Amino acid sequence: MILFILNNELIETDQPEGMVLIDFIRSRQRLTGTKIGCREGDCGACTVLEGTLNNGTVEYQSILSCLTPLGNVQGKHIVTIEGIEQENLSPVQQAMSDRAATQCGFCTPGFIMALTAHSLKKENSDTQKTIASVSGNICRCTGYKSIELAAEDINQNLKGKDLNNTTHWLVKHGFVPDYFLTIPEKLEQIKTQETRKPGIAVGGGTDLFVQKADALYYADLHLTRDRSEMKQITFSGNRCFVGASVTASRLMENDQLINYFPDLKQYFKLISSEPVRNMGTLAGNIVNASPIADLVALFLALDSTVHLKKEKKEREIPLREFYKGYKQTALLQNERIEKVSFELPTVYSVFNFEKVSKRTHLDIASVNTALHLTVKKGTITKATLAAGGVFPYPFYAQQTNSFLAGKPVSSETVREAAQVLMNEIAPISDIRGSKEYKSLLLRQLFFAHFVKLFPDTIHFSELIHQTASS
Amino acid sequence: MKNIDSNGHVTGKSLYLDDLPLRQDSLFGVVVGSEVAHGKILDIDLQEAENDPGVIKIFTYKDIPGENQIGGIVADEGLFAEDTVHFIGQPIALIVATSERAGREAREKVNIKYKKLKAITDPREAAANGSYLLPPRTFAAGHPEKQWDRCAYVFTGSTEQAGQEHLYLETQGAYSYPMETENLMVHSSTQSPTAIQRTIAKVLALPMHRIQVDVVRLGGGFGGKEDQATPWAVMSALAAHLLKKPVKVVLSRHDDLHMTGKRHPYSSDFRIGLSKDLKILAYEVEYFQNGGAANDLSPAITERTLFHTTNAYYIPHVKSTVHSCKTNLPPNTAFRGFGGPQGMFVIESAIAKAAMELGVPAAVIQEKNFIKDNDVFYYGQKAKKVNLQKIWKAAHKEYGFIKKQKEIEQFNSQNTLLKKGWAFMPIAFGISFTNTSMNQARALVHIYSDGSVGVSTGAIEMGQGVNTKMLQVTEQTLGIKPGRIKLETTNTSRVANTSPTAASSGADLNGKALQIACSALLRRLKALASNLLNIPATQIEFLNEQVLVNGNATEWNWEKLIQKAFLSRINLTENGHYATPVIHFDKAAGKGHPFAYHVYGLAFYEVTVDVIRGTYEIDEVDVIHDFGKSMNPILDLGQAEGGIVQGIGYATMEELAYDAEGRLLSNSLSTYKVPDIYAVPSVLKVKPLKTSGHPLAILKSKAVGEPPLMYGLGAYFAIQNAVRAFNPEFKEFDAPLTPEKVLMGLYQKKEATAKKQLKSVNVFK
Repeated sequence: MILFILNNELIETDQPEGMVLIDFIRSRQRLTGTKIGCREGDCGACTVLEGTLNNGTVEYQSILSCLTPLGNVQGKHIVTIEGIEQENLSPVQQAMSDRAATQCGFCTPGFIMALTAHSLKKENSDTQKTIASVSGNICRCTGYKSIELAAEDINQNLKGKDLNNTTHWLVKHGFVPDYFLTIPEKLEQIKTQETRKPGIAVGGGTDLFVQKADALYYADLHLTRDRSEMKQITFSGNRCFVGASVTASRLMENDQLINYFPDLKQYFKLISSEPVRNMGTLAGNIVNASPIADLVALFLALDSTVHLKKEKKEREIPLREFYKGYKQTALLQNERIEKVSFELPTVYSVFNFEKVSKRTHLDIASVNTALHLTVKKGTITKATLAAGGVFPYPFYAQQTNSFLAGKPVSSETVREAAQVLMNEIAPISDIRGSKEYKSLLLRQLFFAHFVKLFPDTIHFSELIHQTASS
Repeated sequence: MKNIDSNGHVTGKSLYLDDLPLRQDSLFGVVVGSEVAHGKILDIDLQEAENDPGVIKIFTYKDIPGENQIGGIVADEGLFAEDTVHFIGQPIALIVATSERAGREAREKVNIKYKKLKAITDPREAAANGSYLLPPRTFAAGHPEKQWDRCAYVFTGSTEQAGQEHLYLETQGAYSYPMETENLMVHSSTQSPTAIQRTIAKVLALPMHRIQVDVVRLGGGFGGKEDQATPWAVMSALAAHLLKKPVKVVLSRHDDLHMTGKRHPYSSDFRIGLSKDLKILAYEVEYFQNGGAANDLSPAITERTLFHTTNAYYIPHVKSTVHSCKTNLPPNTAFRGFGGPQGMFVIESAIAKAAMELGVPAAVIQEKNFIKDNDVFYYGQKAKKVNLQKIWKAAHKEYGFIKKQKEIEQFNSQNTLLKKGWAFMPIAFGISFTNTSMNQARALVHIYSDGSVGVSTGAIEMGQGVNTKMLQVTEQTLGIKPGRIKLETTNTSRVANTSPTAASSGADLNGKALQIACSALLRRLKALASNLLNIPATQIEFLNEQVLVNGNATEWNWEKLIQKAFLSRINLTENGHYATPVIHFDKAAGKGHPFAYHVYGLAFYEVTVDVIRGTYEIDEVDVIHDFGKSMNPILDLGQAEGGIVQGIGYATMEELAYDAEGRLLSNSLSTYKVPDIYAVPSVLKVKPLKTSGHPLAILKSKAVGEPPLMYGLGAYFAIQNAVRAFNPEFKEFDAPLTPEKVLMGLYQKKEATAKKQLKSVNVFK
């Protein structure tokens, strides 16, 4: 039995855990405002709100109902466009209407819900954040310019949001109906014990339900996303420990991590979209073993350790040894990732992430790469370079890393290292680019790391001319 | 006035096909498509699938009571394949089951054996093998073959353009149910309800009047639901008719991408000749159009390519030929612009090529050759009210391009990691269906006895706001409040024999018919008022629901007058019929006056290329567009901006890819990328040209659906120029210009260019 609140109604259902939320909403509840666009998390037409009880208040975020297994909404407040209906349009709806930001209208409920999720956040708004909230929404009639204007209006309307009493403020200003005030209490009443069942491990569902939603419909699922002990980011000594179910959003919003990696948010903006980041987990990204997994590139460059557990047996292996071949990992039968840890950067560390895809946002990389260097007095003492899209699995550039260690930071070093790098990768031609392109692109992004990290020492023109003539 | 659907859209209350309440016992259809691009069907084994729980029946061509034929222009396409398949995804059977899931599960159990035949996906290869959909079509003027020696400069070149996926967010779908006797009700997400009605009639061997097709609205169409909404509607109707049950067929995104056609890819060769002072004297072009496996709308798309071969330019000597090639891809189809963008890309490439070789900006050649009043388009239509020169001047004054160009030059000389490029994209797009007989429409207006008004037209609402424009026509003609008027669904039993809502003509044709109907009602009501007030009808006017005499109020208002009219047994229903005057075209000669008018405009692009990464951003697009006298600037701006961004997608990131076996590789939204909110130009300014409009346009407000899309092509040339600021050897015309092509272009060497340039030889070399 799954218990949750849908809009203002308590739902008790014995539908399978593996049914995706959108089918429940549309077919079982006949709430047709939420639209099916792609069923793979790439259009945002099915965006709904997910509210989670946390210390007596409810935190809302946007999720994609097409990839959310029903089992994952246990104990949550799910809000569809029907659930924000009031006598008057909400400021979000009013702005979209006033700015003529709706043409055929099919994508509109998704935009409205993503923007409403943004409004519900317990943080101050700005126009850029408002626009970022619809980074997962496609408007094919393509009224983005009008949507930008609507986002500005909404942002204006959020000025003065009371961050201590957010829901009250939003109810008062017409963003959401007043039944939202009763939700914390209602969720408290349906709070259930975390259950652990054997089955196919599912985190956020953002990859599994793209690949095989039909097969998972009746399957036994081992749902991990809401396991509290797996959702922590902790710091101990000089290491950071990231729980398996930590989502990309939690990572990018962690203030301590931002302290260590000031550009963290910029990196993560290149990774999927806001609702996918709200759902997808670190462990999911790792075990999926995609050759272009963005999070894996970041954690590989940090030379992370994977903490594994099988029943009572625990073990640790370096992430760089986790992959054995295309979509093959070192994971044993019934073994799960518990957490991932890495050594925190020091004052000598520099870090950079680069990603190029056909579309800059919400796209899978042609090539991604992360570089972590320890530099003392102009000499590289340790290098960890990782790259995606150039090998059958996430690539740890062993030879390049060895080559770089002990070398001075100079254009010559970078040029020579690029040669080493080109010889140790094995890209293939596919929909994300020809192998020639991927090789060239990785070389360029390798250069980009250094040009960005050492603007005074490394000049792009020196890298390129020498390479061209060599 | 904003879109009358706005409120429904932002509250999620607007209904689309898949949202319609289901009738009891509704069944669901899942289409079985071919797994090979070209082959003989040796055996279809349905037994295991038929035994699956939930499966009611599986239909194949054998179950069709009438003709197994859905081809619109040419009868060359079966509803279901019989013995041969011609593309991956070609429908072979329809599984009808108690749920969509059951249907999908059963589909896994269908066993079809094929004998594979050689598949062709490239139009040049098709041409080399004599595989054509139709004989070549040529339009010509003057004698280009005699001009080459007289030209100071002659350049040849080749271009490639990939297709474009419509990606309407609402996939194809239909829902049919039986009515009494042999009648059928068909709900469909289609731009062509009449095509569906006609095709169902043919397939089911029923007269058209038994089939009622009803359309509420579309979640995007863009041409993709002009001809290709038909198969699914016919399938649902077939199953509903034979099973006597309601049957819904809605394609999954994956099926939709695999089974439906797209914008035609073209591979083309050109030769352009210019005088010493850069006047284009002669232009020859051969287009190899990738038509896919059946004609669909290719013959009409062919014509529009020919019509837009010279885009916005006057060229005295032209020869233009389209080879419509038959390949093993889904039949390619209408897409906003309808062959126009393909024609325009080649002439713009030819001009860009000439400019590169001569070392001048392409703008110099563009500006010298704009068509002007009384020039004759090479297909015989005399150009009237041409606005290009006016637009060029207005745009320079408004946006200060000369200064911008200087700034870009300066930027490039100062920056090594970023390079900027700029380009102009002018357009001249003809408005009318090129098939003259389709330029007709009807509208049905009921005034109910309480004064409320119901309006039915043949126009389909798909986000362009045509219903809002129809409401405006009604409101303005009758002098009543918008709240009194309801736009009915588009329904073949209320308005028959409709043309598709396509060719940007929806508002013009249906609006004019509606104007005629409303005017007739108005005349009737004025005659009544004239009697009642004993004042000549010419002195009476209806405004804000009041009956005015010489501008002064009377005791009669709209409601009262309507009640009186009803009691006086005056006909309060009117049907208007409109056929565009003036237009004619001799298809054999390739000459005539096919268009009611042209839409003109100019876009300026400024882009920045990241030289390290090969990525790019569109910094600014500045447009002066000829909206005529816009009747709804809000909607028209939305159409312009939307078209531009869709066109930019076409020119940049939207890349369809097939493997050698004809299998679509870009078969999901994760592999086929359309613009997102971050991909739009940072600055996008669209300003209207000040003009009094055109009398053949509805309320002098010009058609706006398609023309702006073609501004998008400018992105190609601007990015190309930015790449050339780093590597002048980059001279390819191979759209879309993806980040991959940009990076390769930045670093390619001269030899590489020559080698990569096309699989086949340019016909003009």
